[in-house]
Amino acid sequence: MTEQLIMTDVDLAEKFPQKVKLDERKGYEGYLVDADAFLDVAKHLRDELGYDYLSSITGVDYYPENYMESVYHFFRTTGGPALVLKVQIPRDNAVVPSLVSIYPGAEFQEREAWDLLGIRYEGHPDLRRILMWEGFAGHPLRKDWREPYYEEDGKPFKSRWPDGHVYRIEDKNPFHKNVDYPADFDPDQWVPDNDSSLYASLTKIQSSLSDSGLKTDTVIVNMGPQHPSTHGVFRMVVLLEGETIRALKPVMGYLHRNHEKIGERNTYLMNMPFTDRLDYLSSMSNNFGYALAVEKLMGIKPPERAEYLRVIMAEFTRISNHLFAIGSLLNDLGAYFTPMLYAIEERELILDVFEAVAGSRMMCNYFRFGGVARDLPEGVYEKIRDLAYERLPRRIDELDLYLTNNEIIRARCEGVGILTPEQAIAYSASGPLLRASGVPYDIRRADPYSVYDRFEFDVAVRYHGDVYDRYLVRMDEIRQSIRILQQAIRDLPEGPIQAGKPQYQVRVPPGEAYGRVEAPKGELGFYVVSNGKPNPWRYHVRAPSFINITALETMAKGNKVADSVAILGSIDIVLGELDR
Amino acid sequence: MDGFGILKGLGVTLRRFIGTYIDDIKWLGKRYFTEDGIRHRMSKDVSGIFTVQYPEEKIPVPEEFRFIPFLVYEEKEDGRIFHRCTSCGICAKVCPPQCIWIVRTTDPKTGRPVPEPAEFYIDVDICMNCGYCAEYCPFDAIKMDHDYELSVYDRHTHNIYNKEKLSKPLSYYASIRPTNYQREEAIRAEAEAAKAAKKVAAEN
Repeated sequence: MTEQLIMTDVDLAEKFPQKVKLDERKGYEGYLVDADAFLDVAKHLRDELGYDYLSSITGVDYYPENYMESVYHFFRTTGGPALVLKVQIPRDNAVVPSLVSIYPGAEFQEREAWDLLGIRYEGHPDLRRILMWEGFAGHPLRKDWREPYYEEDGKPFKSRWPDGHVYRIEDKNPFHKNVDYPADFDPDQWVPDNDSSLYASLTKIQSSLSDSGLKTDTVIVNMGPQHPSTHGVFRMVVLLEGETIRALKPVMGYLHRNHEKIGERNTYLMNMPFTDRLDYLSSMSNNFGYALAVEKLMGIKPPERAEYLRVIMAEFTRISNHLFAIGSLLNDLGAYFTPMLYAIEERELILDVFEAVAGSRMMCNYFRFGGVARDLPEGVYEKIRDLAYERLPRRIDELDLYLTNNEIIRARCEGVGILTPEQAIAYSASGPLLRASGVPYDIRRADPYSVYDRFEFDVAVRYHGDVYDRYLVRMDEIRQSIRILQQAIRDLPEGPIQAGKPQYQVRVPPGEAYGRVEAPKGELGFYVVSNGKPNPWRYHVRAPSFINITALETMAKGNKVADSVAILGSIDIVLGELDR
Repeated sequence: MDGFGILKGLGVTLRRFIGTYIDDIKWLGKRYFTEDGIRHRMSKDVSGIFTVQYPEEKIPVPEEFRFIPFLVYEEKEDGRIFHRCTSCGICAKVCPPQCIWIVRTTDPKTGRPVPEPAEFYIDVDICMNCGYCAEYCPFDAIKMDHDYELSVYDRHTHNIYNKEKLSKPLSYYASIRPTNYQREEAIRAEAEAAKAAKKVAAEN
């Protein structure tokens, strides 16, 4: 692997003299690329060097130095570490060439960076806001943007101690007085634009449809935001010709709370419980990713026992998440609640374990930098062992017997929502979605973290890329997780669970780090930039639910409208993570 | 064969359905509304219905369960109480949603801080039950509670807890978290002993 890296090193510099240079800031990695040569470099990366997977795009606002940076993380689907590229641009004219033509998976991520940071991606086919609404003033993740109840740039707030006379911010700063808008804007006269740009992008497709010679009418249907199949507040705008989907635009952001801005106000440790609230069905995995990123920055490693406990918790999370995903997919297919309850019965027992160890069933907040919060209390080891060796294998077999060969399920799922391997990679799909399309890419294997290189397990992969295979991949993954669990429980070493003393104020040296884990829903990455202060300068979440949605239109096109529900269910999204 | 998969699936449902009644008969009416019954329904061997009839039945919470912090006070033999809290402010600094508000006492004569909070507030609407305050308190003065039934009719008047409402005796803490309590008391006793030994050594 090192040889390969050196090769790319030489290659990039030789191929693009003057345009590409090493990022030599302390604690940073990768290359700085000139904006005008960026597309050529990206093409070279994809076609010559094999970096076919664009994992994450985000931006950083270096406000004091008055420039912005668009940050890209590329990977090879054959495995290995990241190649990081950065394009630096002035703050007042932040324009970067769009990568959508080379990596279609950039579409939503670039829209997000435009929405929240105001980096304009030139050449993007549909650069609208994505999490905020059209007409929103400003770009919230810029450092000079302040939220309505702004108090201070960073926590802890001075008003809390030692002279903390309690008040509620909404009493001091009542409704209507807490918002900030341009002087020439009158909120009473304002008429919302009714998503005109969204519908415009659909009607463009509508006019290009008339190739059959026969004039047919199309219908635009809004599914959601309140629709039982969308697993929360999520909206799909579909363009239908008869019953067939011709185009589909996801609309999101109804649950947006700007997790990243909150994260930049927080101290490093404070972010840990907030990550629980991203994908609230698998909080342990979220903790894992964030802990890895910050530990990379701090340069510490947890002790053995903590590593094993982390793996045990993460695999239990994967099982409970997949059970929930399968249960709700069956709900979406119309098998109301019996399969769901059969599946979450086991989840209930897993949550009992989390409650006993971490103190909470879903908002676990169990990981700390350099370890975990506490050791297993008395009796929990036996509980975990019984679950992994007896109960779960038995019950998964039962679930398998119950569902897998059911003819109705097969009829509804087979051949529906197909995503080819090439498409899956191009759209930056990850997790079960990618592996069901025949790409055996699992970060636990491809770029191992923690102690995953010690366990024997197979990367679950299926080759048809339809809804049914996504279901099967999840079943396979549950079985593999049980295998990992059994090994981890068997080998669980004695010893400390925390490197050094637990600290409430961690010192994080300046630099950047990208920590990623194979979360149940896909690649969960945390990009953290530190400037040495107690609060992170930049905190970005590469949310698998969000990026997997990029491929939704491709999967749904040509299918019947009723299948869109099954397709969405098979991606397995959680809105807490999608909208952040 | 077509339809065979569905039949097998229905077989699973049927087995579960019958299993529920068999389990009920085995327990002879003791499966519900008894402690043993609840424990059975949470164990690895449970089959049949696993739901719990809340609020008539309640699942026992594990020791580490955390919900809303409280302030620990100790009772002296003469009936006086004193809080362990020294108003050092670590809990307020570590609190992620910043829901802890502390007013430190200052000595009116010297103007120096006194290790006792004058006022202590927690806005429980904002508290996210992360448990950091209890985890990082160096004096074992703030702990997480087990009481999760906190509904009120009006949050504006009820949900900012003051020092009085937050205070609970040490004996209550010992009753909800016995193992933690014993471990902490052992460490405290050790620290006391070390301090006393040091004092003796210094006097000599």
